[in-house]
Amino acid sequence: MKRLESYDDLRKLRNETREKISSYSDPKNAANRVIIRVGMGTSGIASGATQVLEFFREALRKRNIDAEVLMSGDMGYSYAEPTVQVTRPGTPPLVFGDVDTHRADEIIEKYIRQGEPVDGVIPVDYLTIEEI
Amino acid sequence: MDKKIKQLRLVLRNCGFIDPENIDEAIARDAYLSMGKVITEMHPAEAIKIVKESGLRGRGGGGFPTGLKWEFACNNKADRKYVVCNADEGDPGAFMDRSVLEGDPHSVIEAMAICAYCIGAGEGLIYIRAEYPLAIKRLKTAIAQAREYGLLGKNILGTGFSFDIELRYGAGAFVCGEETALIHSMEGLRGEPTVKPPFPAESGYHGKPTNVNNVETLACIPVIFSKGADWFSKIGTERSKGTKVFALAGKVNNVGLVEVPMGTSLREVIFEIGGGINNDRKFKAVQTGGPSGGCLTEEHLDTPIDFDNLIEAGSMMGSGGMIVMDEDDCMVSVAKFYLDFTVEESCGKCAPCRIGNKRLYELLDHICKGKGDMADLDRLRNMSEVIKDTALCGLGQTSPNPVLSTLDNFYDEYLAHVMDKKCPAGQCRGLMEFFIIEENCVGCTACARVCPVNAIAGERKEPHKINKGICIKCGACMEKCKFDAIIIQ
Ligand SMILES: Cc1cc2nc3c(=O)[nH]c(=O)nc-3n(C[C@H](O)[C@H](O)[C@H](O)COP(=O)(O)O)c2cc1C
Ligand code: SF4
Ligand code: SF4
Repeated sequence: MKRLESYDDLRKLRNETREKISSYSDPKNAANRVIIRVGMGTSGIASGATQVLEFFREALRKRNIDAEVLMSGDMGYSYAEPTVQVTRPGTPPLVFGDVDTHRADEIIEKYIRQGEPVDGVIPVDYLTIEEI
Repeated sequence: MDKKIKQLRLVLRNCGFIDPENIDEAIARDAYLSMGKVITEMHPAEAIKIVKESGLRGRGGGGFPTGLKWEFACNNKADRKYVVCNADEGDPGAFMDRSVLEGDPHSVIEAMAICAYCIGAGEGLIYIRAEYPLAIKRLKTAIAQAREYGLLGKNILGTGFSFDIELRYGAGAFVCGEETALIHSMEGLRGEPTVKPPFPAESGYHGKPTNVNNVETLACIPVIFSKGADWFSKIGTERSKGTKVFALAGKVNNVGLVEVPMGTSLREVIFEIGGGINNDRKFKAVQTGGPSGGCLTEEHLDTPIDFDNLIEAGSMMGSGGMIVMDEDDCMVSVAKFYLDFTVEESCGKCAPCRIGNKRLYELLDHICKGKGDMADLDRLRNMSEVIKDTALCGLGQTSPNPVLSTLDNFYDEYLAHVMDKKCPAGQCRGLMEFFIIEENCVGCTACARVCPVNAIAGERKEPHKINKGICIKCGACMEKCKFDAIIIQ
């Protein structure tokens, strides 16, 4: 990492990282890759998120699906952990709850490959600070 | 704004959206930009004015205006000053702060740096309980990454401003969340509170001016600078601005974290966001404020949640625990549960809390066992009031609140316990009678063999009977019976 020497450096870095990361932080720009984010806070991990994350990594690699599997903190849906956010290219992200390896497999085969619905979608029930 | 969407993710803006172990993802979502702006373009007094104008009040429980607190610390001259983040989070059932630290540690680090710049501090300390290993790990990673970018350390962003952060670990005592006890604990002394004044802003860590803020309070700061004080103060109610994160737990369908603008009603939180009461039971009460708070009822459901309204209703905001109860919960037992916690967590320094709470607990226990009378109810109230008025720190001053609020809101239930010797919710074993339903009993003798006082008699393959006079209501027989033949009434 390069030391940032000024506020301008920071702003530049912010623009660069935003560009680089926009593919998985901004649904509108979601490029060509599938982005998967597994909630790995204490509640997520306690409910088995680590195995789910490993399953996604393995399975997507074996099945030749170009995807980025990342982690995040918990989104707060304790009643439905582990939770996983899936972004298909060009579509807004969907959050799935109660994801075990079985549902993860279904998500890959049905939702990621074919865009078909899979059970367990948690509706977006919040506004972001950009929206108000 | 869509009327149906009740939540607003301000504190939780990045939780779930970034990898907390990768600073670039945080920076892509504007982390440290507010700090950059403040330390390069603003005078501390200007920045403090913005925090004051935002109307932000402390989320650690007290609701003290944050900007005012910073101003005090700024005005107290000293060679060294400290910024402390209170990540002790001791309320039973609360995990808001842990989630923020695990999901978005940079927001807290950035806010501490802004605060340090404003008050003229060079060192920051995060007091976090050792039971939060994942949050600790992520904080350490985040601090190390911020240092590599020069966002912490000497001469940050070439401005000449220097600030760094260290972690301090707590052993999980509730009282150590109280700021003076917290400071003593960090100094290596016993985690006991001392009388305020002096407030930490005047004489805190090692006698130097120290600004203590809660995790969630700090997480609001970067947004206040990126969006503006005006934007922030438009969210919420007249005297409570911004949002509040609650850890919703108990008998609701959607247990988890909820972040709503101040002014949202309890009903919206419990029935809309929380999905209502599970198993189609009836709502009975909601407990807010943890061991310092109180139980609110149906009639409070439409109260807009803010600092002042909750106090007026007989509870308080606290740090954000929210426990929903249904008709199966006994309110006397709930009060007893919290007193049990307080007795366990009292540091013992002052008599009203050390002895008074123990006595309160014993009275409640007495009542739950069916041994209470009307005079006990008066004793409960009188003693609660004395403890409130005479305890040294916030722990003791608020510990009778669960008793007082249940006395106020559920007096009938106390009456049922002492007058009719009945527990309407069917929770207090001492007030129950165990029966064997003759038709269901096959005479397997399992219950008779497990009863520790030999209260059950009967011939093999004949219905058994419980001798009420001997039964100690331990419930062992009920657990053993495979034929659902034993019931409590
Ligand atoms: C018994 C007791 C426990 C407390 N526990 C916490 C805690 O766990 N976390 C916290 O932030 N504040 C806690 N507080 C409040 C702190 O003393 C202090 O007011 C707070 O950290 C100030 O930060 P704020 O202004 O940002 O809320 C507690 C207070 C008392 C009396
Ligand atoms: S009120 Fe309780 S916790 Fe606070 S100083 Fe007194 S004994 Fe200790
Ligand atoms: S265990 Fe149940 S079925 Fe067996 S004797 Fe006791 S009451 Fe009857």
